Amino acid sequence: MKRERLFVMPSPFRDEFRIHGFRFGSGRKSLAVVGAMRGDELQQQFVCSRLVHTLQDLEERGELMPGHEILIIPSANPFAMNIGKRFWAMDNTDINRMFPGYALGETTQRIAAALFEHIQGYEFGVQLASYYLAGDFIPHVRMMHTGYEDVELAKGFGLPYTLVRTPLPIDTTTLNYNWQIWETQAFSVYAGHTGVIDVATADDSLSAILRFMAMHGLIRYRSHPGYYSQVVKEEDLVNVKACRAGIMYCMCKPDDIVRRHQHLASILDPYDGSVRWEVRAPVDGTIFFMQTRPLVLENSMLFRLIES
Amino acid sequence: MIKTVISTELPVDEHLLIRKNSISAGSGKKRVCVVTGTHGDELEGQYICYRIGSILQENLDCLDGTVEIYPALNPLGIDSITRGIPSFDLDMNRIFPGDPMGSMAENTAYNIIEDLKGADLVLDIHSSNIFLYEVPQVRINQLTAEKLVPLARYLNLDFLWVHEAATVLEATLAYSLNALNTPTLVVEMGVGMRITKSYGDQLVGGILNLLRHLGVWKGDVPEPPADHRTILSTGGTVEFINASASGVFIPLIRQSNQVEAGQSIGRIVDPLRGAVLQEVAVDQPGFVFTIRAYPVVYEGSLLARVYREDNA
Repeated sequence: MKRERLFVMPSPFRDEFRIHGFRFGSGRKSLAVVGAMRGDELQQQFVCSRLVHTLQDLEERGELMPGHEILIIPSANPFAMNIGKRFWAMDNTDINRMFPGYALGETTQRIAAALFEHIQGYEFGVQLASYYLAGDFIPHVRMMHTGYEDVELAKGFGLPYTLVRTPLPIDTTTLNYNWQIWETQAFSVYAGHTGVIDVATADDSLSAILRFMAMHGLIRYRSHPGYYSQVVKEEDLVNVKACRAGIMYCMCKPDDIVRRHQHLASILDPYDGSVRWEVRAPVDGTIFFMQTRPLVLENSMLFRLIES
Repeated sequence: MIKTVISTELPVDEHLLIRKNSISAGSGKKRVCVVTGTHGDELEGQYICYRIGSILQENLDCLDGTVEIYPALNPLGIDSITRGIPSFDLDMNRIFPGDPMGSMAENTAYNIIEDLKGADLVLDIHSSNIFLYEVPQVRINQLTAEKLVPLARYLNLDFLWVHEAATVLEATLAYSLNALNTPTLVVEMGVGMRITKSYGDQLVGGILNLLRHLGVWKGDVPEPPADHRTILSTGGTVEFINASASGVFIPLIRQSNQVEAGQSIGRIVDPLRGAVLQEVAVDQPGFVFTIRAYPVVYEGSLLARVYREDNA
């Protein structure tokens, strides 16, 4: 393993801003993995750090397969993480909305450009991502529908679901989208949580990446074969929204199988505790996403279900 | 008449209210909308809303049609000095035309579009952000330039920037409304978190001029200064000047300056070492229509935009 400084930028008042990469093996550029691009992607960085640790161990035991280069970048935004912010600390811009980047552009465009230069040209790209709404997911892998994606490959992670999203204009500046456009098979692995570290789901994500690497001959690794991943189009998810605002008292969790009309949560009046709204499942299905804030606004997204 | 466009319940004893002042008089059927406050840190539009509202209400006999004023599309953001919608990751001006089945923010965006579409003209007023000072200008996507540039000229602002199309900008309020055949002009001026009264007065005069052109206003319109001219960007190129060093930017000019080749527009300094890290100069003569307002910069921070005529 080689630890490399991929990008360095001086700061007016803080230490240097640095992005480090961990390079394993040599030969064909087979896999690049990017961890936290946002300061609250703790779970994502944790998974990445565990991946570096595991690959070091495999390397010592001679179980990295020859002819493959693997690059792991646990964090592209340590400045935000160190002060508890989600986005770039100076101007609140999101590095993951700046791809493919611009080396002569704004600061986060430059960071994205430098990062993209290092992770371009790999056969596979994995981003450990978070979602723009606060909440918990069933661990899954996500792909953009660009016409270049190969959904069958995503099944190699052995996660319960593979979600395919049709990109909106705002998605065209994300890493996942641009990776695909530049001919890398790109996958976003959603490690369940953001802002916290949950060892069990982190282990699931780590195992999924190792399983994928073993399947494609990058490492020698025996693991549980995983799930037969079900492919879901994002537009087919059934959204359950809040008809009233208040305190959300939840009676279920991600991965629960629910029946139509089943009571999923209650929205309580924050003054007298009375029930303002009983949230019920509109269809039979599985809870794929659940928002986790205790207070909910009217019209906010509470659950996303995979219909049975 | 004050109307509530959107009312969304918040958890504890409050509603998110997006309101408009709908001012009508005469028999004219045209409707012009003035919207602002999409970004909670941009306040220049508040002065415009106040002035246009007061002028129209005090001179209803000069109004022939309807003018609707929306001071705050993102009231929670304005109230909390938050650029976006609090607790929502995405820029509100990147989620249009919204989604009636989406989250609260996407649903709000959808309902804003529903309320605005069909207007004869929408003016979407922005004030950059806290980092940059902008001269009063109109920004127009090149896809709609032929239709909108003639209208924008009536605003008598300093600069009309016809910029290239970009996929990510297809999710703005202006793009979405223009795609629905509702002509929408984007005004940028001043700086975030401040009100620049002189710019505001210039734009108020321009709005009255535009309303007069549309037949909605029959009252007086302040004339721009005799030497005023509006620069149209299609005759030249826009150069972006970004920081090459991280430090503190000291501007040596104000925006709206004609600069000469080689002229220094500012320097980036290191307060710890008492050193100059970068002298920032322009290569060729031009018109500075954007200048850095917030002093702390990183490599890449935008320092200025300069318009240069091709024959300069």
